[in-house]
Amino acid sequence: MDVLELARWQFGITTVYHFLMVPLTIGLSLLVAAMQTAWVRTGNERYYKMTKFWGKLLLINFAMGVVTGIVQEFQFGMAWSAYSRFVGDVFGAPLAMEGLVAFFVESTFLGLWIFGWDKLPKKVHLACAWAFSLATMASAYFILAANSWMQHPVGIVLDEGRPRLTSIWAVLTNNTTLAAFPHTIAGAFAVAATFLVGIGAWHLWKKSDETGVWRSSLKLGTWVGVVAFAVLAISGDVQGKLMFQQQPMKMAAAEALCHTEEPAAFSIFAIGDVTRPDCENVKSITVPALLSFLAHNDFSSEVKGIQDLVPMYQEKYGTNYPVDERLGELSGKPIDYVPALPVTYWGFRLMIGFGAISAGLGLVMLWLTRGGRVPRGRWFPITALAGIATPFLANSFGWIFTEMGRQPFVVVPNPSGVDGVWMFTAQAVSASTPGEILTSLIALTAVYGALACVEVYLIRKYVRGGVAGVMPGKTDDGALAFAY
Amino acid sequence: METLWFCVIALLWLGYLFLEGFDFGVGMLLPFLGRDNTERRVMINTIGPVWDGNEVWLLVAGGATFAAFPGWYAALFSAAYLPLTLFLLALIGRGVAFEYRGKVDSARWRKVWDTVIFVGSWVAALGVGLIIATTVTGLPIDAAGDRVGSPFAAIKWETILGALAIAGYALVHGAIFLALKTEGEIRERARLMALRMAPVALLPLVALLLYVAGVWALPVLLFAGLALWRLWVGREGQSFAFMGLAVAATVTVLFASLYPNVLPSTLDPAYTLTVAGAASSPYTLTVMTWVAAFGTPAVLIYQGWTYWVFRKRIGVQHIPAAH
Repeated sequence: MDVLELARWQFGITTVYHFLMVPLTIGLSLLVAAMQTAWVRTGNERYYKMTKFWGKLLLINFAMGVVTGIVQEFQFGMAWSAYSRFVGDVFGAPLAMEGLVAFFVESTFLGLWIFGWDKLPKKVHLACAWAFSLATMASAYFILAANSWMQHPVGIVLDEGRPRLTSIWAVLTNNTTLAAFPHTIAGAFAVAATFLVGIGAWHLWKKSDETGVWRSSLKLGTWVGVVAFAVLAISGDVQGKLMFQQQPMKMAAAEALCHTEEPAAFSIFAIGDVTRPDCENVKSITVPALLSFLAHNDFSSEVKGIQDLVPMYQEKYGTNYPVDERLGELSGKPIDYVPALPVTYWGFRLMIGFGAISAGLGLVMLWLTRGGRVPRGRWFPITALAGIATPFLANSFGWIFTEMGRQPFVVVPNPSGVDGVWMFTAQAVSASTPGEILTSLIALTAVYGALACVEVYLIRKYVRGGVAGVMPGKTDDGALAFAY
Repeated sequence: METLWFCVIALLWLGYLFLEGFDFGVGMLLPFLGRDNTERRVMINTIGPVWDGNEVWLLVAGGATFAAFPGWYAALFSAAYLPLTLFLLALIGRGVAFEYRGKVDSARWRKVWDTVIFVGSWVAALGVGLIIATTVTGLPIDAAGDRVGSPFAAIKWETILGALAIAGYALVHGAIFLALKTEGEIRERARLMALRMAPVALLPLVALLLYVAGVWALPVLLFAGLALWRLWVGREGQSFAFMGLAVAATVTVLFASLYPNVLPSTLDPAYTLTVAGAASSPYTLTVMTWVAAFGTPAVLIYQGWTYWVFRKRIGVQHIPAAH
């Protein structure tokens, strides 16, 4: 494999991995802050126990999120130095802001929260939980602003071949960001909600102590999950419509829509080979005209297919890569404007499918446990626990879809074309040796794999331990005994 | 404006070295000062609430370099790829270890994570020193800012000296911090250890500064001497403050000797990356200046508050018997 492929694998693996921790932290931190608020306001012990239990799982998860996040920040310079030089005037700013404005708050106030149970007044301690939670969302906003700028560059002019920032406000209020933020945050709440539902249902089935804690957790998780799914659907629709304008090829690839259709049908399920942009041998179960509606809010509108988009892209952005030794094998070769269709087509469907399952699961669980009932079959806990994976999968497939769908670009051209800024992924990598990237790819993957086992082991241990496992021990004399 | 941002980056590195310097030191000293599990836990608890906040200084230094000097960020990080990878792995390991060490009540489990903290802290401290010495002494970079030659170009005697310098500083700084933050027997042992090892541990730092800046190494020597004297008479707080001045003088001397360059090219001075050449546009720097002007004081206030909340010394009597 060459440097480009290795660097892409590394970015993909480390980012998808990092984004397993991130949504759980974002979603759970707010729910824990809400539980603690309920406790502080009502004095009800049940909420205190909920805060302690879910807070513990939050901490185990957050540690992994932090350490894997450091890699993300350094990786751009290390493996993607040409990209960093090209976009540095714009892209570095939201990253630096994330650190200075959000991540400092997160790590400092989490430290205060962990160790401050007996040191801080109740309300100040509660405020630390909220500061932490809100900062995780602020983090998400800045990172999404950076990512959205790659999907849809704004606020810039072209200056000596590079984008130069002219309006940070435009970058921070990019409509791509405004649509991506609620979608991502709702995805995070879907993760946390299903986590509550799955673990709560399992404890109810086990007849663990503190039935009230599990019943409240299940109920909270269900309703948060339902609301999250509604927000996901609405924001996803808005995002989709934007993307039809901003990245028509990505959306055509999401549908594996080869030929322009008017009105265009939405494919639910395809049988056959979707890898070929000519759509030979593909049978698809479709809903007539739905894609037209998703794209333009109009059931009869035209949606451009891949075969018509390719010549448009070629005309605007060139037919061949420039001749440049840094491009390696791709130097001077024709540019393939079609993303990997099986990845985009199935990624898109799996995202929606798993998302819907996770929302439905909560409702089913709530109905099954209505009025104090608990199904006795083994299928019940198995379904509940397996369900925890679904929103994680939905998030991962969503990101894989949106990042793979913008290939071959790393910075996608803004079709309104005012700035003429874009960059191909092949041009973005460092002038490193394959050996260097391969070394870090293997090392990081191995370490991440080992740590995943540790995290799952710990989460399992504390889930099994229930409420009793997280309450301060009798020997606790109020000093820094809580965390370490 | 570029010069201002060069100073801001230096300041962020200073904050990082001052703060994470002692938490590296605590980890590096873990098996030497902590005789049993309770003592090791006392040591880790001194940094428990703050190490994560300390580490953010590194992330912000990295992010700010990306935003203000993309050329510097891209060239340095891609050229020192393998050392940085090792550094990141060390940070991952020790970060997770702090959080996971106490989560299972088993001696073997704790031993594994203690080892990770120990090794991770050493590797990370050496790594920071290596990276800072690399940017000060330069790399074989070409006109495009790309490294020419071996992936190990960042490993040369100057950078190894830099690695030892920062590791040695972290050892002393960490021991003084422990003397300041603990009580009882361990406090006295930390104090004596700092005094005994300082002449050797600080040697590489002095050597590096003499090599880079000649006579300008003297202020660092002076502050370090004062720190040890105050420690000798049992004033740990003042000693710690003087170590802060020593590291401030170190960063000032190193970055001043670098200015107006940010990454010298050892191939041809014409390829050297300079403050002006590597910087972002004036508009971006202005935006970043506003963010930093509001953000930094806020960070200092609430991080300072954290240290205030956890100002009490910790001793073995605070650790419950269960662990």
